[in-house]
Amino acid sequence: MEEKQNFLTSRDSNLLYPENEKEVSEIIKKFYKSNIPLEIIGSGSKRKIGKPLQCGKILSLSKLDGIVEYQPEELYIKVKAGTKIDKIENELKKNKQQLVFEPIDFGYLFTGKSNCGTAAGQVACNISGPRRFKVGSTRDHILGFRAVNGRGDIIKSGGTVVKNVTGYDLSKLICNSFGTLAALTEITFKVLPAPEDSKTLVIHNLGIESAPEYLEKAISSSNEVSGASFLPVDPVCKKCKMNIKNTFKLNDLKYTGSLTALRLEGSKKSIEKRVENLKRELKIQKLDTSELETLQSEIFWKKIQNLEFFSSTKNNIFRIVIPPSECINLIYELPLNFKYFLDWGGAVIWMEGCEISEQKFESIRKKVVKHKGYVSMIKYSDHLPYVEDVFTIDSVRFNISQNIKKSFDPKRILNPGKMYTGI
Amino acid sequence: MTNLRMPKIDRKVISKKDIIVKNLKKIINPEHVLDHQDELKPFETDGLSAYKQKPLIVVFPENTKEVSKILAYCNEERIKVVPRGAGTGLSGGALPLADCVLMSLGKFNKILEIDYKNRCVVAQPGVTNLSITKVVQNKNFYYAPDPSSQIACSIGGNVAENSGGVHSLKYGTTTNNLLGVEVVFMDGTISKLGGKTFDSEGYDLIGLITGSEGLLCVITEVTVKILKKPQVIKAALIGFPTIEDGGNCVSQIISSGIIPAGMEMMDKELIHATDNFVKAGYPRDAESMLIVELDGAEIDVLELMERVNKIAKANKATSIKISKSDKERLKFWAGRKAAFPACGDMAPDYYCMDGTIPRRKLAEVLKEIKRLSKKYNLPVANAFHAGDGNLHPLIMYDSNDKEALAKTEKFGEEILKYCVKVGGVLTGEHGVGIEKRELMCEMFNNNDIQQQIKIKKALDVSSLLNPGKVYPILHKCAEEGRVHIHGGKTKFPNIPRF
Repeated sequence: MEEKQNFLTSRDSNLLYPENEKEVSEIIKKFYKSNIPLEIIGSGSKRKIGKPLQCGKILSLSKLDGIVEYQPEELYIKVKAGTKIDKIENELKKNKQQLVFEPIDFGYLFTGKSNCGTAAGQVACNISGPRRFKVGSTRDHILGFRAVNGRGDIIKSGGTVVKNVTGYDLSKLICNSFGTLAALTEITFKVLPAPEDSKTLVIHNLGIESAPEYLEKAISSSNEVSGASFLPVDPVCKKCKMNIKNTFKLNDLKYTGSLTALRLEGSKKSIEKRVENLKRELKIQKLDTSELETLQSEIFWKKIQNLEFFSSTKNNIFRIVIPPSECINLIYELPLNFKYFLDWGGAVIWMEGCEISEQKFESIRKKVVKHKGYVSMIKYSDHLPYVEDVFTIDSVRFNISQNIKKSFDPKRILNPGKMYTGI
Repeated sequence: MTNLRMPKIDRKVISKKDIIVKNLKKIINPEHVLDHQDELKPFETDGLSAYKQKPLIVVFPENTKEVSKILAYCNEERIKVVPRGAGTGLSGGALPLADCVLMSLGKFNKILEIDYKNRCVVAQPGVTNLSITKVVQNKNFYYAPDPSSQIACSIGGNVAENSGGVHSLKYGTTTNNLLGVEVVFMDGTISKLGGKTFDSEGYDLIGLITGSEGLLCVITEVTVKILKKPQVIKAALIGFPTIEDGGNCVSQIISSGIIPAGMEMMDKELIHATDNFVKAGYPRDAESMLIVELDGAEIDVLELMERVNKIAKANKATSIKISKSDKERLKFWAGRKAAFPACGDMAPDYYCMDGTIPRRKLAEVLKEIKRLSKKYNLPVANAFHAGDGNLHPLIMYDSNDKEALAKTEKFGEEILKYCVKVGGVLTGEHGVGIEKRELMCEMFNNNDIQQQIKIKKALDVSSLLNPGKVYPILHKCAEEGRVHIHGGKTKFPNIPRF
């Protein structure tokens, strides 16, 4: 092992930077043997999501960098796990393609500026942007992967084709596992054509009592709506930083109150036709509206995708996912002073918890669970720097998850406790 | 074929049959427990009818609690359980074992809830795929995955197999259209996973269970997404002078940024076979033929169809027909959907393979199949889900000729191995089951397979749920992988296939 120690040395002695899959495997084998837990990170851009870890060493996948294979006509791109998302997106742009699930750049939330993270991090967290309700999330766009499990064994699953039922679909399982099952080394994403144009229809001044209905009607129409958000101006809270007006400084966007935004994408001709249909079907001709053409529309949704209006907050940020029909009732039950916005047509609520306590967070969770949803703490604050349960889980699923964890990582050396205590 | 090795029979279980029957009759309505040889006969096989084995006992639980109690009992007594939906699967996933309790979900046949506000339907697993679309179509909604056997296959079976259909490229397979499931694990534990929300938290257990072929749990309730019907659907029927031209057209359609709702290709042999069978008006002079279906807003469909038309012409299309009505569009599909019976009309027997390949390798793979066809002196017809790369070669032979059967088996094996060699996979939608079990090591190494087996053991400690499926029992990776239909007499001869 002596001559192989080079990958163990790094800028920071606690950080390990393996340069290839074999080295990842050797490191994990070594830690498996000596029973020492390892924190697995991509570039660390989403490291603050989940429970804080206290591992002696950190294994960074950031040197596993590069596009392995890109076949535009086969609609896939195979990348090394540490490849930055913007690098992938730029490569896809050359062929007018994209990662259709809109990976969120969490840099704005955590550091106030862009820091997009790696392919592995995106897969590990599986948090997708505004188009999710129409096209699926990250997990729906992984065709296959290679990784190293907690024993140090290199494993693979899936392939490069969309239709594949050969063996268990571990690509789904690895998604949203926060590095607790295996250290990813290579990922194959399904890619799709990027729309030529985009248009956003904004309805002004709707209240929470009526906005979700417009979102639902728009999504349930056959006009192929690919973004459906509600950005309210209420409640007014001096300690909350969420600021719609300052975030969206766009020429064609009026600021007369709340924004109910609907996105349509495709060819210009098609968009125009569908916008007209949509206006007619929603009966909004007499309401106050704005229309954003491609350039402004793209900026508008990028800011929503990247949660830019929270960028300077010092409060906790949490994410509630619920059946859209429960959205209004749940909002009425949540603390009145917490700022929020709705995305995915009302299926997700992003909320800024002003001076929240763990007890209050738990009481919110109870309400969310009652409405058949779940809530995750995404960002801590100085006020509430830790919660015992970051994610929602019931005891049956906990036991199953624990067994699955054991099957990948029997000694619990990969990100132990990152998702749940004991997993 | 006949030398299929299955897990060792537990003689103790067989000798205790009477006691087991008695106990099961205490758990559920005694009339829902079948144990007489005549009663067991209908359950001896599924859609892969070459393999037959009567189960020890058949049970028909009526609710989740009964499923849980039966599984807990069997787990305690170390009795194997094989779950079964409609029994239409083509890879032998529901093949019984001599010492198993076969659990039919046939009594789980109700749609529980239609929820337009959350755009989903909650159904019991025994409900057929098509009946989900049927209950929501009056409001112009539908359920997207449409395996060709959708009039008969059950939604629970679809989840177990991660069924696809002809629209997978645009709309995904079952796994992309599922919001929640209720499942029962082998120890009797009931769990609700997901619900009406997107992306349930924690490990994606729904994703793991979908396509797990009944090895991890029994599905007792399913919540699926429903979609608004597209404004317009149109199809083009395009003939080409060579396979290569057809293949190039497919690649160029995709790389020009068009995602068709469905894109199907057939070779000359199948064009003739199906056209003889249903008189679909196919271009009989063409070496390959494409059906390209586009859906969406009318303006988009018309514009994209024009682009498809141009791409087809640039690729030397010899004939292009664009559907003017839904009736005409369905006629285009009629031949394609009759591919199975049409082949049954041409030869006493045929095998159907189910590999997926990268689209750009189509011409290469078809050329190899033609070479093998000559080598083995057996005719073959090819159907191809060109949109998603799923290839279905149909090898025709006569099983009365023992030599032909052996040759066909070898032929099929070579095709599947070639699919993997060009970067594809063993099975796109039929599942591994018992059929492709021994070929798994063509795609996976020992580490990969061991990890999967460890997951199985994590959820089913004693490997009692549907054992003998998916993972190789023999260590040599060789046997066959195909659907065996004798004399056109499939288990369900009237169901459209793939």
